[in-house]
Amino acid sequence: MREVKQRLARHESPKAKNTPYAGASAHFLGNHSPFPPRRPCYPSRMAGPLLSFTDRGLYCAAGDFFIDPWRPVERALVTHGHSDHARWGHGAYLATEQALPVIRHRLGEIRAEGIAYGTARRIGDVEVSFHPAGHVPGSAQIRLEHKGEVWVVSGDYKLEADGLSEPFEPIRCHTFISECTFGLPLFRWAPQQEVANQIAEWWAANRAEGKTSILAAYGLGKAQRLMSMLPALGPILTHGAVEETTRILRDQGYAIPPTIRVTAGVDAKSHPGALVIAPPSALGTPWARRFAPSDEAFASGWMALRGIRRRRGYGTGFVISDHADWPALNTAIRETGASRVFVTHGYTAPFRRWLEEQGYEAGIVQTEFGGDEAEPSEVEAQE
Amino acid sequence: MVNSTELRLWASDAAGIPLWLFEESYAVAGDLAETIARLLPPALQAADPGLDATLRRLIALTGQPEAARRAFVAEAWASLGPEERFLFNKLLTGGFRMGVSQGLMVRALAQATGEEEATLAHRLMGDWDPARITFEALVTGKGATQDTGDARPYPFALAAPLEDAPESLGPVADWLAEWKWDGIRGQLVTRPGAFALWSRGEELITDRFPEFAPLADFLPPGTVLDGEVLGWRDNAPLPFADLQKRIGRKTVPRKLLTEAPARMLAYDLLEENGQDLRPLPLSTRRARMEALLLRLPPNLPLAPSPRVAAPDWTALAAARSTARETGTEGLMLKRLTSSYHVGRKRGDWWKWKIDPYSVDAVMIYAQAGHGRRANLYTDFTFAVRDGNDLVPFAKAYSGLTDAEFAEITRWVQKHTLERFGPVRRVPPELVFELAFEGIQESPRHKSGIALRFPRMVRWRRDKTPDQIDTIDSLRALLRVAQS
Ligand SMILES: [Zn+2]
Ligand SMILES: [Zn+2]
Repeated sequence: MREVKQRLARHESPKAKNTPYAGASAHFLGNHSPFPPRRPCYPSRMAGPLLSFTDRGLYCAAGDFFIDPWRPVERALVTHGHSDHARWGHGAYLATEQALPVIRHRLGEIRAEGIAYGTARRIGDVEVSFHPAGHVPGSAQIRLEHKGEVWVVSGDYKLEADGLSEPFEPIRCHTFISECTFGLPLFRWAPQQEVANQIAEWWAANRAEGKTSILAAYGLGKAQRLMSMLPALGPILTHGAVEETTRILRDQGYAIPPTIRVTAGVDAKSHPGALVIAPPSALGTPWARRFAPSDEAFASGWMALRGIRRRRGYGTGFVISDHADWPALNTAIRETGASRVFVTHGYTAPFRRWLEEQGYEAGIVQTEFGGDEAEPSEVEAQE
Repeated sequence: MVNSTELRLWASDAAGIPLWLFEESYAVAGDLAETIARLLPPALQAADPGLDATLRRLIALTGQPEAARRAFVAEAWASLGPEERFLFNKLLTGGFRMGVSQGLMVRALAQATGEEEATLAHRLMGDWDPARITFEALVTGKGATQDTGDARPYPFALAAPLEDAPESLGPVADWLAEWKWDGIRGQLVTRPGAFALWSRGEELITDRFPEFAPLADFLPPGTVLDGEVLGWRDNAPLPFADLQKRIGRKTVPRKLLTEAPARMLAYDLLEENGQDLRPLPLSTRRARMEALLLRLPPNLPLAPSPRVAAPDWTALAAARSTARETGTEGLMLKRLTSSYHVGRKRGDWWKWKIDPYSVDAVMIYAQAGHGRRANLYTDFTFAVRDGNDLVPFAKAYSGLTDAEFAEITRWVQKHTLERFGPVRRVPPELVFELAFEGIQESPRHKSGIALRFPRMVRWRRDKTPDQIDTIDSLRALLRVAQS
C-alpha cells in the first residue's frame, strides 16, 4: 500500500528523519518511549517485548526474524503479496502456500518456503502460525507466541467473506498490530452483493448503449474479486498487468471466470459489450482508447469520498475495498480480546486516540509504508 | 435556520462519536453535508417526506428554539437514506448548488416554456415566495398577485473587464464614461404602493437605508433607477467598510446614520411612468434620467453619477489614473447606443479598472479547500516581514491553477511542521504575489491592516522569503490610501 508515501518518507520528508524509529538501531518498547509515560508498562516477565519497531520493519528478537520488512533482512515473514509487504532482497521468505506463487512471480529468484494456514512452526524461541486475513487470496495474519504471550500482526485485512480470499479468522491475542487504512467513521462499506449489483447495472447499461465498460482496480486481489462477484454479462478483458496475476491465481485453483488478455486485435469491435479490467494507471491512455466508445469507472474504498472521486475525474466510482471499514476494524479489535493495540497504515493518529478512549492501551507503529497519516490524494489507487 | 456549529454537535451526538472525531472526519471529507451523511448510523425506518414538504418544514423552522430545530433535524436524519440525507444536509446548510448559472437556467426555462428570455428573467427577479405562487403564475406572469409583481427589479446589466487598449473601442465620443464606485450596486423601485431597494444579489435592503425613505414621496410611481449606494460625507465617498457595517443588521443604529449617511448615485433609468425603457439607447435613458432627477427637490440623497468627459482616450486615461484619489476603482465605459442588457454581455459595457495593489508574501499556513477542492490545500495564510519576524496579514484561496494547487499540496504534505485540526503550519519558503483592491486599518488583525479581495496572482518560484515585502511597505500603502 502507499508506495508513494513510503518513497517520500525515505528520501524527502523532514519528518521521517525525526521519527523515533528511523534511527540506525532498533528501539525496544520497554525502554524507549514511543508512548507518553502515563500509560502503564505492559506487565511481563520478559526482558523485552516480543516485537520491536525498527528502521527495517517489525522485528522479533526471540525468533530473529522480521515481518513485512521494507529493507533487506536475513529472514522475512510475509503476510501477503502486495508490493509494500512483500519486498525484494531478503535472505529467506516465509509466506502461506497460497500467497507464494504470486510472490515468486513478482520477486523472481528468491529463497522462499510456504506454510499452511493454521500450522504452528517453531522459529527460535517463538511459535509462529499464519491465519486467514480475508484481504486477498493467500493473505495472512501472523500469530506469535512466546512464553504464553501472544501477539498478532494483522497485515491488511477485511472481515466480509468475498467468496475468493480465505475468510478472516479472529485470533485471540494480548497485543494486536492492526492496519487502519480506513480508520475513520466516514468509511462504511455496503455488502459486497449490493456493490456487485451496482456494477452489473452499470455494465449492462453501457452494453445496451454499445459502450465498453472499463473498470479500474488494483491488480492483485481486487481485480479477481470483481471478476468472481459479477454476473457473466459478457466477455471480461484484462490488461496485461492484471492478467498475469489472474492466471496464477486461477492455476492455483481459485474460482475465477475466464478472461481474455488485451492484445493486438482485441478491441471494442472484436468484443462488443465487454468489461475491461485494468490498473488505474491505464485509464485515459492510448491503450484504453481502442475501446471507444467506452465508460470508465474506478473500484476502490477511496471512492466513498466525493472530493476524491471528482478530483480524479471519475464520473463513476464504486465503493469496494479489501480493507476493513470502521465498524469492521472495531469488531476485529474487540474480537481479539487484546488489551494493547498498535495501529499502522492510514488514519493512525485519530484511530489511536479513539482506541485509547475505548480503554485500550494504544500506540502507533511508524512504518515506512504508512507514515502517521494516510494521504488519499497520494495513495488512492493503492490498497 | 441551523448553524454549522449546532449541526456538528448534533451530528456527532447522533453518530455516537466524540466531537473531535467528527472534526477529523470532516477535515478528510472536506464537505459538512457529506461528512454528516456518512457518519450517521443507517436509517431506522425509511420514509420519503418529499421535497416540497421538507422545504416547507425547513422554512417553518426559522426562529424556532434550538430544541425544536434539533428534534426536526434528528427525526429527518433517522428516517432518510444516505443520498437523501446528503441532499437534506445540503438544503440545511444552504450549500445545495448545481453548477448552472442563472443565465443558463433562464435560457433553459425560456426554451421550455416559450417565454421571452428577458421577460422571464424579470419575472424570476426579486422576493417571490414559492409557497405562495405557482410555477405557472411565476413563469407566465398570469395571475401574479400584488405582492409578487409590484416591487420586482429588473435583471442587472453587468460589464466585462476591459483587457485591450481603449482605442480598440473606436471614437471616444461613442462612449459614456463614469466612475466605477466602490459601493453597493442597487435598483431603486417605486411603483404604486411599493418602494424597494434591491442589491445586485437580489436581496431586499430597503430597511438598511432609511435615509432613502423620503424618495418614495418624490419619485413618481413607476420609476426604476439603477445606481450605486455609497456612504457619503463632505462631497466624497466613504470607504466601503463604513457601508458594510449596515449589512447583516436588522436595524441601523443612529450613530451609523450620522457618521456614514448613504447616498445613491444613479447610473441609469430602467422604467419611467411604468414603461420599460431598457430597449432604448443609453443616451436617451441617461437624458431622461438626468431630467427626472433635476426635477427633484435639492438635499435628497440621490443624484446622477457624474459623467467623466474627455476629448480623447489619452485624456480619459489620465482621468482614470486619478481614480484612487476620488475613492473609485476606475472607470465604466458604456456605449451610448446600447440597450440595457440582461447579465454580462460583452461589447457594450466595460469596466476599466485601475491596476490592483500587489505585494510579495510568504505562505505560513495551509488548509484544505472544500467541495471540488477537498483534499487539495488551497486556503493559505500569508506573512510579510517585520524585522526578523514574520507577521501574518492576509488569507487567500484563489488565483492559481489546479495543477499548481496540486503541486503545493504535495509540498505541504511533505513539509508539515504542525497540525491544528485541518490547518497545517509549514516552513516559510513559498513566495506568492498577492493582488488586492484596497487596504484598511484593522485593530482586529495582528498586523493592524486588512486587505480587500486579496488573491494570488502568481507563485514566485524565482523569489526567496528574504525578498518578500515588509509590514512597513504595507503601512506606507495604507497611508496613501487614507490620505
Ligand atoms: Zn498494505
Ligand atoms: Zn495489501
